[in-house]
Amino acid sequence: MKNVTTSTFDADVLQAEKPVLVDFWAEWCGPCRAVAPILEEIDTEQDGLEIVKVNVDENPDLAQQYQITSIPNMKVFSGGAVVKDIIGAKPKAALEADLAAYL
Amino acid sequence: MHKVIIIGSGPAGYTAAIYAARANLTPLVFASSVEAGGDLMTTTDVENFPGFPSGIQGPELMLNMQQQAERFGADVRLEDVTSLELAEPVKKVHVGDTTYEAQTVIFATGSAYRKLGVTGEERLSGRGISWCATCDGFFFKDKHLVVVGGGDSAMEEATFLTKFAKEVTIVHRSENFRASAVMLERAKNNEKIDFITNATVTEVKGEDAVDAVELTDTVTGERKDFPVDGLFIAIGSDPRTHLVHGQLELTDEGTIAVDGRSSRTNLPGVFAAGDVIDPTYRQAVSAASSGMIAALDAQHYLEALED
Repeated sequence: MKNVTTSTFDADVLQAEKPVLVDFWAEWCGPCRAVAPILEEIDTEQDGLEIVKVNVDENPDLAQQYQITSIPNMKVFSGGAVVKDIIGAKPKAALEADLAAYL
Repeated sequence: MHKVIIIGSGPAGYTAAIYAARANLTPLVFASSVEAGGDLMTTTDVENFPGFPSGIQGPELMLNMQQQAERFGADVRLEDVTSLELAEPVKKVHVGDTTYEAQTVIFATGSAYRKLGVTGEERLSGRGISWCATCDGFFFKDKHLVVVGGGDSAMEEATFLTKFAKEVTIVHRSENFRASAVMLERAKNNEKIDFITNATVTEVKGEDAVDAVELTDTVTGERKDFPVDGLFIAIGSDPRTHLVHGQLELTDEGTIAVDGRSSRTNLPGVFAAGDVIDPTYRQAVSAASSGMIAALDAQHYLEALED
């Protein structure tokens, strides 16, 4: 999964052609580490949705801009806007159900 | 056919796995995909688990337990059990489309965080309401937070949150605290922590983010709004029994009923351990002990089948 930062967020997420799921995460967040391999799997198994990650520790301005107060927080961006917001780690089947419209 | 399938991966599940593995029962452990390791995965310092004089980080303790179980041959899977058929001698464990069969099942699914059950809670969850201080404390630098609860978890969360917050108010429904003396004293001695006792949170307010909680005085019934930036809920947990509803008998407290000091449920070959059978103590140490009991009970059951 690609690491997106403050400087690449516009090109990689907001201007992207297809929907992008941004996983806001941090090293010290256990549930974030648990859900990461599941997102990795979903990313490689389909083409509809690109999945990237933003480290909130290294990019606090992005976390603040998108009012992140609980992680993992997975936001789907389409056409530069947030179209889906998932908070908290979930099993693969539950995430796929939440994301069905984009996969 | 497996001899033992263990569902759950907290101290109960992993201790059951260590004992069952050392008895050459090669247990299969369904640890869950996103909650493997259980509640201690979101805890920082564990200071009351014997053998660690300087304390140990919760996730490290759980990883150690997993490795200890695997060392003796436990097969730990990061997968989620979706349903169970426990009544017959051959137990069926469904994991999505895959079915596993076992002679015994040890059920150690622990407990789930209790919700307040008030207006605004569902809507503002993840938007200022949190159940995980170690995950979300970072986002509340120099903010004013409320922690609800009077047990060790509430004291630990409040103390941890003072690393980030400018002020933490502990709201508790009575004047008596379940928390251990050492945890309560630590919170009371922390300059950033204050207490509101005899009060409950009866509503969470805010448009897109929490901006206040409504507090109701449990003595006078008086209600007032208390401005705050975030709310951490630590009011205990409920046994996680949804997979066995209609199959295993429960107690009035909602825990799985077991026979005396054993782990035997109402169904032969099905054993339960840890917080899911414990309405009282719910400690890592008691869960570990309970997991040991379940593994030995399963072992004796299997031995009796062979005779």
